[in-house]
Amino acid sequence: MSGSNNGNSQNGNGYRIIGSRPVRHDGVDKVTGRALYGADLRLSDCLHGKVLRSPHAHARILSIDTSEALASPGVKAVITSADYPETESKIIDLGEGPAILKDLRANLLADGKVLYKGHPIAAVAATDPFLAREATKKIKVEYEVLKPVLHINDAMAEGSPLLHEDLHTDSLGKKSDKPSNVAKHLRFEIGDIDKGFAEADEIFEREFDTAMVHQGYIEPHNATALWNADGHLTIWSSTQGAFSVRAQTAGILNIPESSIKAVPMEIGGGFGGKIPVYLEPIAAMLSKETGKAVKMTMDRDEVFESTGPTPGSVIKVKIGVKKNGKITAADASLAYEAGAFQGSPVNCGMMCIFAPYDIEHVRVDGYDVLVNKPKTAAYRAPGATNASMASETVIDEIARWASLDPIELRKLNAAKEGTVRADGLAYPRIGYVETLEACESHEHYKAPKEGSFRGRGVASGFWFNCGFKSSVTVSVEKDGTVRLIEGSTDIGGTRTSLAMQLAEILGIEAEDVRPMVVDTDSVGYTDITGGSRVTFATGLAVIEAGKKVQQEMARRAAQLWEVDASDVEVELDVYRSKSDSSKSITFKELAGSLDETGGALSEQASVSPQGVGGGFGTHIVDVEVDPDTGKVQVLRYTAAQDVGKAIHPSYVEGQIQGGAVQGIGWAIYEGYHYNEDGHMTNANFLDYRMPTTLDLPMIDTILVEVPNPGHPFGVRGVGEVPIVPPCAALANAIYDAIGIRLRELPMNSTRVLKALLKEKGALPQGVEA
Amino acid sequence: MDAFDYFAPDNLSEALTLLATPNKTSRPLAGGTDLIVQLRETGLKCDQVIDLKNLAELTQFQSEGGKGWTIGAAVPCSEIYENAEFASQYPGIIDAASLIGGIQIQNRASFGGNLCNASPAADAIPALIAHSVTCQVASKSGTREVNVEDFCQSPGKTVLSEGEILVSLKLPATPKRFGAAYQRFIPRNEMDIAVAGAGSSVVLSEDGKTIESLRVGLGAVAPTPLLVQEISDKLKGKEVDSATFEQAAEIARSYANPISDTRGEDWQRVHLAGVLTQRTLQIACERAQAAL
Amino acid sequence: MKTYLKTTINGEDKELLCEPRQSLLDVLRDELELTGTKEGCNNGNCGACNIMLDGRLVNSCMVLALEAQGKQVETIEGVADTEGLHPLQEVFLEEAALQCGICTPGFILSAKSLLEKNPNPTEDDVRLWLAGNLCRCTGYDKIVRAVLESAKRLSESPQSEVAS
Repeated sequence: MSGSNNGNSQNGNGYRIIGSRPVRHDGVDKVTGRALYGADLRLSDCLHGKVLRSPHAHARILSIDTSEALASPGVKAVITSADYPETESKIIDLGEGPAILKDLRANLLADGKVLYKGHPIAAVAATDPFLAREATKKIKVEYEVLKPVLHINDAMAEGSPLLHEDLHTDSLGKKSDKPSNVAKHLRFEIGDIDKGFAEADEIFEREFDTAMVHQGYIEPHNATALWNADGHLTIWSSTQGAFSVRAQTAGILNIPESSIKAVPMEIGGGFGGKIPVYLEPIAAMLSKETGKAVKMTMDRDEVFESTGPTPGSVIKVKIGVKKNGKITAADASLAYEAGAFQGSPVNCGMMCIFAPYDIEHVRVDGYDVLVNKPKTAAYRAPGATNASMASETVIDEIARWASLDPIELRKLNAAKEGTVRADGLAYPRIGYVETLEACESHEHYKAPKEGSFRGRGVASGFWFNCGFKSSVTVSVEKDGTVRLIEGSTDIGGTRTSLAMQLAEILGIEAEDVRPMVVDTDSVGYTDITGGSRVTFATGLAVIEAGKKVQQEMARRAAQLWEVDASDVEVELDVYRSKSDSSKSITFKELAGSLDETGGALSEQASVSPQGVGGGFGTHIVDVEVDPDTGKVQVLRYTAAQDVGKAIHPSYVEGQIQGGAVQGIGWAIYEGYHYNEDGHMTNANFLDYRMPTTLDLPMIDTILVEVPNPGHPFGVRGVGEVPIVPPCAALANAIYDAIGIRLRELPMNSTRVLKALLKEKGALPQGVEA
Repeated sequence: MDAFDYFAPDNLSEALTLLATPNKTSRPLAGGTDLIVQLRETGLKCDQVIDLKNLAELTQFQSEGGKGWTIGAAVPCSEIYENAEFASQYPGIIDAASLIGGIQIQNRASFGGNLCNASPAADAIPALIAHSVTCQVASKSGTREVNVEDFCQSPGKTVLSEGEILVSLKLPATPKRFGAAYQRFIPRNEMDIAVAGAGSSVVLSEDGKTIESLRVGLGAVAPTPLLVQEISDKLKGKEVDSATFEQAAEIARSYANPISDTRGEDWQRVHLAGVLTQRTLQIACERAQAAL
Repeated sequence: MKTYLKTTINGEDKELLCEPRQSLLDVLRDELELTGTKEGCNNGNCGACNIMLDGRLVNSCMVLALEAQGKQVETIEGVADTEGLHPLQEVFLEEAALQCGICTPGFILSAKSLLEKNPNPTEDDVRLWLAGNLCRCTGYDKIVRAVLESAKRLSESPQSEVAS
């Protein structure tokens, strides 16, 4: 196989390996079907588990009778929440924010009440998947059906049915007297908002409503558990974080984390949705009950109805602006669906909504609102896309009002190093302006717009990215290759982006590094793969461990030459004696002498880095609207992003392209569709419409590299930023094409057609505008 | 999915006997793209699945020497559109066969299955209506013919009675100066179910300026795919121009009586019925003119 | 009632007993342990389970296993041979046309069937042919490019073509 084009030559960027495009280490396994994802695991004498889920969106469980199911052919165990061990409620760290243990448990197996259609009630283990499924149908549940709460405005209204009778609003630190569906009210504020609006020549006040959307990973959730007779529990699953699986399962089952080994299988997409556990503790309980391994996989409708999507939202934005386009004040209120349990990413939306701009007076309020829908989870820059849809379309309106090019207006107000964000953080060196300049000078932006019902839109977006904890172990083989043992599950090529950083440090080839993602018994604590953190944070652990290896190799060379370690200098893979130029040895040769210099060489590093580099992106999109049908076609797309430093440019481009396309889907196709009973009516890939090849053009990328000072190579997280701008960019392009502002997501053909007909006064009678 | 027995008979009489097995519910299987989903997901129960793909009558696809063509009910879409000789004569059918599902669905899904599934949104049926197709039905007691526009009775229900199967489709030879087209509206560009669909065919005058006869079939705007007879009656003899197309659209809209569901709203479907009637009539005329 | 099934998978005859309700996907994965064929939706909408059945691309979740009686089945496990990877597999790696990789076997089978039918596809041809395969990671850009590049490579060196 050809294809690796790194070699020893410089990349023209001062690095040998960084910036080259080697074939990924796990690639052959993945193109030949050899890679083992969770559902591919085959254990001997393994049972199959299946979950019974609520047919109601909101109901009290009056009784559960499992006797007939237990007596059904092949069935070995049936469990309900009554089988949970006693635990006290506490907060546990999921690695991307805290979770309330009581809620985690009640979400896994309903306790007293079902809070969304698809809410698990019981689980069965049987000898074959068909039998397990049949047995779930024999579990008899009596319900008292309650009225579901399906929209934020209804949930917040006085007299709304309550999901949790004991939930009181935590409003700016104070608890409300009456129970409510609003779990939290948060606020960020800088400056004097009234003063800011008083200075404005014009004030733009707009309201937005966005639908719940799903991450849409192609691989359904899965878990296999074996609770061994010795009390040790092993869990195999496709997860974004094996240590998080361990922590959540231990918390829910009230057993020590150390008694669990979580084995991360290959993962078929996550985008934030595979951080929470849904099946692992259930499979474990079934395994304990039966003494056998139990495997569980979800169907696609279970994935849609019962795993965490990202919230729908109601957002109000108010921006004050001077005639010259300078923004004087910005105020926003964001209400996000938490789903059935508290914990929407509204705080993230609040951080991001005005993040690209340097505004003196800002206030942002956030509400975490419970509705009878699945508990939301992280989805790629959680909360930021909703927020950006609102702020970035108002920015577009302002640019038109001020007769400024939308990029010009953004440059005029752009956040820079030192700008203070609404949540009080001052930016270190950031590359927002550079993305604007890159777009402005790009051929796409300069290309004339031709044809009727065609339009161009621009929008920007921000994501702060995460650090968290990572550990790696690096050991040197006698042949000069290096093993890199890590705990960051690899969703999109991070084995390679980490191996490349190690190769750069050690002066060897990327192919000489063998990266391995291992289980929780085999590597130090590592947080989830999320928050765009792996190449950055696990990368820092790799660099630290690599430097330790290099130091130790130098010491070994010194030992070999019987000189002091300080006499050895290293250049790339060559170790030399400073005092005796005849003494020089390569990394590979030195590796061959490890036995003579003290034996195996292995170094470990654990990091918890600060210095995370936030990322900005600016996207340009051209669309065509079919005026007769309302269909929006994306004609051309360009995404510029400050990536800090692209370790493997192909995979950085891939992140940007994939994120942009998820954003395009969110903008014009996707959204949970509920009937009045709270049943999702499009819980499949036919009607939950994710973009296909035929819906898209090529996605051009511009990698802007403004190095992150917090990483030796300048790495910034890149995975999440690109989903933030597309919705607003599409909305702005649609406006440019048809002169109508759409403020609801998705901007699907039904909505666009309705808007077009309304504009023409041709909306049929009786149709709600 | 509940358990069932599977049979793949190799002659029609055996298949008909199996289908008429007393006290057993039987389901015929062609491409399976509807049946397997229904068995798996909607709890559809049946005791036996009778695979019809080993039957010569169901898999035939041939020209009847100037008298049109016969398409076996189990012939997959891709086989239909890959036949160049057929494609040149039945453009509306080709339009429909080429847009049902993706390639992998087209390799399985059949027109017979599309008819028997009797979805109001079936893509094949409006095109078959436009092409004046007849359904050949067989049972142990004999055979009968049903006009394609009469085949579906309500969502999921056809004229077939127990023990009857759809064997093949008889396509009349296309006259001179004939053109046809099928279009549907879907939110994406592939893989969706029609929000609305329209199939149109025309026969033009010798100078290509007048519509001598025409047929328009609509999908997804009523409990069954519809032949809009009023368009055929009122617009024959009219000129090929936008006013005629708009008139057809207006009539089409008046016959549309759709529901709102997760795929589209009622008013939208009515509107689209008009748009698609207009567009397909225009393409049908252009195709007919191109053949002059 | 389990039923006898004899079918040819990647050139090898296989005999087994299966339930009529088992899909070809179920049998490939659960009975024959050919887990390279993936399940994404189990209702024909994502293409992750695509295989070739008698030379035609199908969703294996939408085929009853017994329908494969006496037929030729080709799965991802049969795409590479002893000579090495198929050019499509090589180019997918070189062009970074995968991220999580779960959809990759299905895409490779789809692309292979396209190139066997149409050795010189345009971008539009590729996009149309692959529209039944969902990928949530890549935005398809690199996949489409990889298929176009593979076509180029296959047509430049016909001897490297893997017989279908």
